[in-house]
Amino acid sequence: MTQISVRVDGASYTDDVEPRTLLVHYLREQLGKVGTVVGCDTSNCGACTVHLDGEAVKSCTVLAVQADGSEVTTIEGIAQNGSLHPMQKAFHELHGLQCGYCTPGMIMASIDLVGDNPDPSEHEVREGIEGNLCRCTGYQNIVRAVQQAAAEMRGAQA
Amino acid sequence: MTAVEDRPVTAGPAKEVGQARKRKEDARLITGKTTWTDNMVLPGMLHLAVVRSPVAHAKLGAIDVEAARSAPNVVAVFTGRDLAEEQGSIPCAWPVTPEMVNPGHPSVAVDEVNHVGEAVAVIVARSKTAAQDAVELVDVDYDPLPVVLDMDRALEDGAALTHDHVASNESFRWIFDAGDAGTGSSTDEAFANADVVVSRRFVQQRLIPAFMEPRSTVVQPQGDNYTMWSSTQVPHILRIMLAMTTGVPEHKLRVIAPDVGGGFGGKLQVTPEEVITLLVAKRLGKPVKWTETRSESLMSGHHGRDQIQYVDIAADREGNVLGLKVHILADMGAYLRLITPGVPILGAFMFPAIYKFPAYRFDCQGVFTNKTPTDAYRGAGRPEATFAIERIMDELAVELDMDPLELRRKNWINAEEFPFTTVAGLEYDSGDYEQATQQALELLGYDELREEQRRRRESNDPVQLGIGFSTFTEMCGLAPSRVLGSLSYGAGGWEHASIRMLPTGKVEVITGSTPHGQGHETAWSQLVADELGVPFEDIEVLHGDTAISPRGLDTYGSRSLVVGGAAVVNASQKVVAKARTVAAHLLEASEDDLQFESGTFSVRGTPGSGVSIQEIALATFAAHNFPDGVEPSIDADATFDPVNFSFPHGTHICAMEVDTETGMVTIRKYACVDDVGKIVNPLIVEGQVHGGLAQGIAQALYEEAVYDEDGNLTTGTFVDYLVPSAADLPHFDTGNTVHEAPGNPIGAKGVGEAGCIASTPAVVNAALDAVRHLGVSDILMPLTPERVWRAIHRGGDGGDRATAGTNAYGGAQTETTAGVSTPESRLGGDR
Repeated sequence: MTQISVRVDGASYTDDVEPRTLLVHYLREQLGKVGTVVGCDTSNCGACTVHLDGEAVKSCTVLAVQADGSEVTTIEGIAQNGSLHPMQKAFHELHGLQCGYCTPGMIMASIDLVGDNPDPSEHEVREGIEGNLCRCTGYQNIVRAVQQAAAEMRGAQA
Repeated sequence: MTAVEDRPVTAGPAKEVGQARKRKEDARLITGKTTWTDNMVLPGMLHLAVVRSPVAHAKLGAIDVEAARSAPNVVAVFTGRDLAEEQGSIPCAWPVTPEMVNPGHPSVAVDEVNHVGEAVAVIVARSKTAAQDAVELVDVDYDPLPVVLDMDRALEDGAALTHDHVASNESFRWIFDAGDAGTGSSTDEAFANADVVVSRRFVQQRLIPAFMEPRSTVVQPQGDNYTMWSSTQVPHILRIMLAMTTGVPEHKLRVIAPDVGGGFGGKLQVTPEEVITLLVAKRLGKPVKWTETRSESLMSGHHGRDQIQYVDIAADREGNVLGLKVHILADMGAYLRLITPGVPILGAFMFPAIYKFPAYRFDCQGVFTNKTPTDAYRGAGRPEATFAIERIMDELAVELDMDPLELRRKNWINAEEFPFTTVAGLEYDSGDYEQATQQALELLGYDELREEQRRRRESNDPVQLGIGFSTFTEMCGLAPSRVLGSLSYGAGGWEHASIRMLPTGKVEVITGSTPHGQGHETAWSQLVADELGVPFEDIEVLHGDTAISPRGLDTYGSRSLVVGGAAVVNASQKVVAKARTVAAHLLEASEDDLQFESGTFSVRGTPGSGVSIQEIALATFAAHNFPDGVEPSIDADATFDPVNFSFPHGTHICAMEVDTETGMVTIRKYACVDDVGKIVNPLIVEGQVHGGLAQGIAQALYEEAVYDEDGNLTTGTFVDYLVPSAADLPHFDTGNTVHEAPGNPIGAKGVGEAGCIASTPAVVNAALDAVRHLGVSDILMPLTPERVWRAIHRGGDGGDRATAGTNAYGGAQTETTAGVSTPESRLGGDR
């Protein structure tokens, strides 16, 4: 067992973990952060995407010990003061989800994408989220949602 | 508060039905406040891991579990022999013929394994990792047997057998002959008299539903009662089938489908793992959880499609179709699961599609192979039928030198001919194929693209352009119970709903159709808001728990709104009728003098009088002042059993660029106009169409479950099984026409499968249209760049390098796809 200290969605935790424990399993099983989900074993689907020190990572590809001393943000930590994040709001308004299983990862990846590219074209959104699979929506409404959220996020910064 | 609903500001009572209501479901899904089965943690819960066969066909010898049993934190290990007395057989609810051979399907193999990934032992441990670690410690002796993979070869005399206790690899042969059924004339005559006959062999590759949420099951024993949470589309069917299979009495078993992350038919099943989890919990008296990995899911969850289709079409020189003959080999895989044999039968009636064939014959053989069982996948039988007919119509058009759309127009049912009884005996309800087609052509910008195609062809552009059509229909709203009975299905097709009027005026709607992403909570709320005149926000839709929703037949076959929604509407109307009696009493008026509008009963011609249905709910709860002889309840139930299917239709047009130098295909534009009847929520309808398109296009271009010559699934992860990403799919231009379905009180026809059924042939027809002038008449799906390049540069269908053991491999090895006669055709192919 190895001891790690992490901040997750604004709260501090110190825990013993097996060295082989993946970050996603630590979040789900030790912290009860079950909003973040597992969709595959090969880092293809992106359902487990969280932010590690502000960068989107697939939390099935990060060991919990690698997150020691870091700040993790999950889908459960992006609404501020009771207000949805613009990306959450846009996914809702533009019907960017159906079953919702890919949604946490899709939203976290999209927030990171807009951080890198505040005004992405349709093509740039499609390329930017290609590491996240959705089986329900055909992506069209997700793409629209990311662009709408990007516009709102640009406005908020201005 | 993360409020996500805002009520639109409207003057007067706006109808909810037809509004693009944002979904109620989203509030929890976008914030991570979800209840996926794998989230469940119970005190003392144990974890399962399944030891799976690495070989496709073998006798099971000794299984040494001692090392696993003594591994740290392992509680128990069970083999098939340990469970043989209790596990029964995975049920098949659709014995399509009386003679159908069902080899039996143990949840854990006992004597023989028949496909890679079949369960051979189960580890029970205190943690998931401990269970997983111990899987490696189980030592199984496999005595290999011959592996059967190719359907054509499986049916040859002297072929090796998939199961050593069956006489052949044929499970059943199912024939529909319109001449015999009295719904059409003889195909022999039609073909003998035809000017033109075109025969083709099409391959429907094997697909994997690939829902995003891996399957998961938790069982909690409580005395002799058991509660099962499972990631299933069908909690009601699952409960009945588990009771019939395992001997746990139905009334001692509660099944809950919490949030379910997609299904697409892939969770329309009674799985070995659900049986195993229940049996282990029963044995050990402790809560038990099983959650699959993605590779387990792809390997052991049921697959879809996998047919070889021999299709003959007969026509006169003017392009009037005269007859259609279809002979199908349908791969069952190693076992029959819930509706495995029924899937091709669901397609049997849809090959004639929207065309007025006078003669039709369908002949299907279900074939066993040593592969994962097949079963429902979005469309289930109907995409296969639509592909075959829409592809052969294009081939006939080429043969006749006709425009493919003109050929379709010449033969399709005209708007004024509805209701129309087809050669397959179905009564199509409503529609207008011309109107949908006109709209789709405009959406696409057809004329300009045809002009561009001509320019590219003339200039010999390395990137050629093609345009492909699919003018499809499907049968939805499964299903009239009597029809299902006539097809030997083991259950009815009704759906149930209840309305509970709560004392504070809020409304609970209980539905038997269990959603897994379709938005029932929103759409059902819209239906009830209009019927009862209560605010959308005051309605809660409950589902997916057999203790809360005791009657239901769940969600599949585009049935939820058409059948389940109809039950909700009927139950609502019963509530209003009961409330009317109470209102008359409270208003001291005759029921006949009452009007009901916007949720309020009032006496006609007496302004200011009135009592709302929500007030009546409180008065009913108190029951202080109630009419004599009337029970104090305005709650109501309804069960709706449709008398006919509904028949959505549409025109899908794909414009495709094909790079003749690299074989790369790129969808330039995709336009479709669907008629799904009355639209309750346009946002949800459009979303369903998009998602269906993605899956149909994926069949055409990307996905295939590939087996090697030893029967190993070589596409067992998302690295190899290509579920398309956003970058792989185009923008969709969608539209609707509306011809309401007369068979249900909503007028809806169903939308869940439309995009998936329609799109595949449009995409393939488009690719072929781009390169047909280069001598290409077919390309095997999926249209990988390699196959497209080979078809262009080497001839054939591009499948000659397909992996051994696949249908594509078998196809290319046995014959070319063009000009093949079916066993039925005496005409020897094209003439």
